[in-house]
Amino acid sequence: MDWGQIFNSAAGELLSPVTAAYALAAIGIGVHFGYAGLLNFGQAGFMAIGAYAFVIPTLLFDFPLWAALLSSVFASILFAFLLGIPTLRLRADYLAIVTIASAEIVRYVVMTTGLTAITGGASGLSGFNSTFTALNPFADGSYGFGPWVFTANQLWVRVFGWSLVVLASILVFLLMRSPWGRVVKGIREDEDAVRSLGKNVYAYKMQALILGGVFGSLAGVIYVLPRSVQPTNYATTLTFFIWTMLLLGGAATILGPIVGAMIFAVLLTLSDGLIRGLISANIITFISSTQAGQVRFMIIGAVLMLLVIFRPQGIFGNKKELSFNV
Amino acid sequence: MSETMQTHPLVIGEVGPGCKKVDPIVVADNVTRTFGGLKAVDVVHVEIPRNAITALIGPNGAGKTTFFNLLTGFDKPNTGTWSFEGHSLARVPAFRVARKGMVRTFQLTKSLGRLSVLQNMLLGATKQPGENIFTALIKPLWRGREQDITAKAEDLLDRFKLLEKSSDYAASLSGGQRKLLEMARALMSDPVLIMLDEPMAGVNPALTQSLLGHVKQLKADGMSVLFVEHDMHMVRHISDWVIVMAEGRVVAEGPPDQVMNDPAVIDAYLGAHHDTDLGEMTGTIPVAAAPETATATATVPTETTAAETEREVEK
Ligand SMILES: Nc1ncnc2c1ncn2[C@@H]1O[C@H](COP(=O)(O)OP(=O)(O)O)[C@@H](O)[C@H]1O
Ligand SMILES: [Mg+2]
Repeated sequence: MDWGQIFNSAAGELLSPVTAAYALAAIGIGVHFGYAGLLNFGQAGFMAIGAYAFVIPTLLFDFPLWAALLSSVFASILFAFLLGIPTLRLRADYLAIVTIASAEIVRYVVMTTGLTAITGGASGLSGFNSTFTALNPFADGSYGFGPWVFTANQLWVRVFGWSLVVLASILVFLLMRSPWGRVVKGIREDEDAVRSLGKNVYAYKMQALILGGVFGSLAGVIYVLPRSVQPTNYATTLTFFIWTMLLLGGAATILGPIVGAMIFAVLLTLSDGLIRGLISANIITFISSTQAGQVRFMIIGAVLMLLVIFRPQGIFGNKKELSFNV
Repeated sequence: MSETMQTHPLVIGEVGPGCKKVDPIVVADNVTRTFGGLKAVDVVHVEIPRNAITALIGPNGAGKTTFFNLLTGFDKPNTGTWSFEGHSLARVPAFRVARKGMVRTFQLTKSLGRLSVLQNMLLGATKQPGENIFTALIKPLWRGREQDITAKAEDLLDRFKLLEKSSDYAASLSGGQRKLLEMARALMSDPVLIMLDEPMAGVNPALTQSLLGHVKQLKADGMSVLFVEHDMHMVRHISDWVIVMAEGRVVAEGPPDQVMNDPAVIDAYLGAHHDTDLGEMTGTIPVAAAPETATATATVPTETTAAETEREVEK
């Protein structure tokens, strides 16, 4: 049992592209829920839409990287309109129901055998990464230190992913300090009040839904860039992981979703490694290593419960905001 | 009803429910709204005078709030048409109604709790280019307007005794302070007509006097005011015109002293409070205009009281 290896791989998760994807998706629902008060329980759907809209045109029509990214953004805007037009005039819970259902519909549609030629069916799609690696500006070699040693391609996907995360955070920061952000936060508090002040609440909610959805779709792209598209990854569990990361970090904060995603990803790897380590060292004897995968989620669940009880505002959230019953 | 013809400078022809105004700002016709079997609003014709302070009074459940909701686009009527400054407002969404200059407050206050008092105020302002998602990204495009509206907001907050609360969360204010904030916020847009739903409810009596002054000032500034209020001192003291609703209908209207002496109004309005003077039923501290109040004191005809008591019991 190599304990150093366990900690190394957990630390490596800190900067992994999957963590960047989680962070970006969490920034997206941060815009939805933290700032605009929209309940999007279908972020995994936005990620799937983003991933497939990136990969399919790349494979079928040889789209260059920029065009495939645009296709991904465009598809998520369409998806946001599809979800928003019927629901955003209604009470908040309607959006919640529609998003959770739509995300599942997306997942079932891409898995349909009839569409295997396009979506790859249940086995997903791969071999689309060449347009991305072709643009790699880094020379071959090994970069970094300690747990963070990467090949040129690994570095490129990390730089790309985390750059998107940083750009999204800056965008959210600029918007939320602006009068636009004030209207959106007002809608979160009481949309009728904002309406009575002459603001087109419906349009603002739609804009917020689109913005967070586009972040979700780009997260979907980062998620698949270093590997392949697997439809099973886009189940509701993914959405709830992202919600957990957001709440862990603090919903209406800039750094919250990023740090929340990092902590969550590290915990996930660390707990898995530790449990497996303890089993192979015969310290834990009552579970098998195949059960370890499930046990870590139980442990993480318990940790999160404690967190919500003792720090409900998240790591960066403002305790004062929560002390009001609004 | 009185036999002699009543006239009034705000009115063309005779004073009475649905009478024509010299210069109406709002005209409503056949506006009805039913909830299940209940006809909450059934207004055949009513006109709100311009540049005047109009009180809308009536017992609880008379349909005043529902009528406010209908006029401002927050609820849809079953039938009816209504116009504001000559333009029809039927099927116009609430935010457009507000943009046209008809701004309302809510009976159940809607302060935006996790926004600061100042942010609440700034949200009431109009023509802030930074409210557009693209302009928002470039601060120089909206900084100037932000400074102007901040100055305006602070001036209003000062008038409403909320300036020192400016950076507090609105959720930390008392109920009365939230009422004041909501009213001040509505004024940020310089409305043509401001509609206040029970502005005095829960406001510290020590503040009501200055609030009355503010409302009068709105009229002096050229605004029209329509307010729902149960505080009869306020109604008597500041309104130029009083419209009385009961069971969804406009049952009386006229100048305050006349309306409050109208036996039909006392009948409709007072119910169980028949032995109370209309001017005293809310128990507010007597306002400065004591002489006015005294001359206008309602004397309730005792013969009508038995019927009212019964009606109130039925409800
Ligand atoms: N959303 C609603 N659903 C059902 N009934 C309602 C609704 N809103 C108001 N009402 C009913 O309509 C009547 C008028 O209510 P309201 O306009 O609030 O009266 P007021 O403001 O004069 O006290 C009441 O009987 C009330 O119960
Ligand atoms: Mg009411």
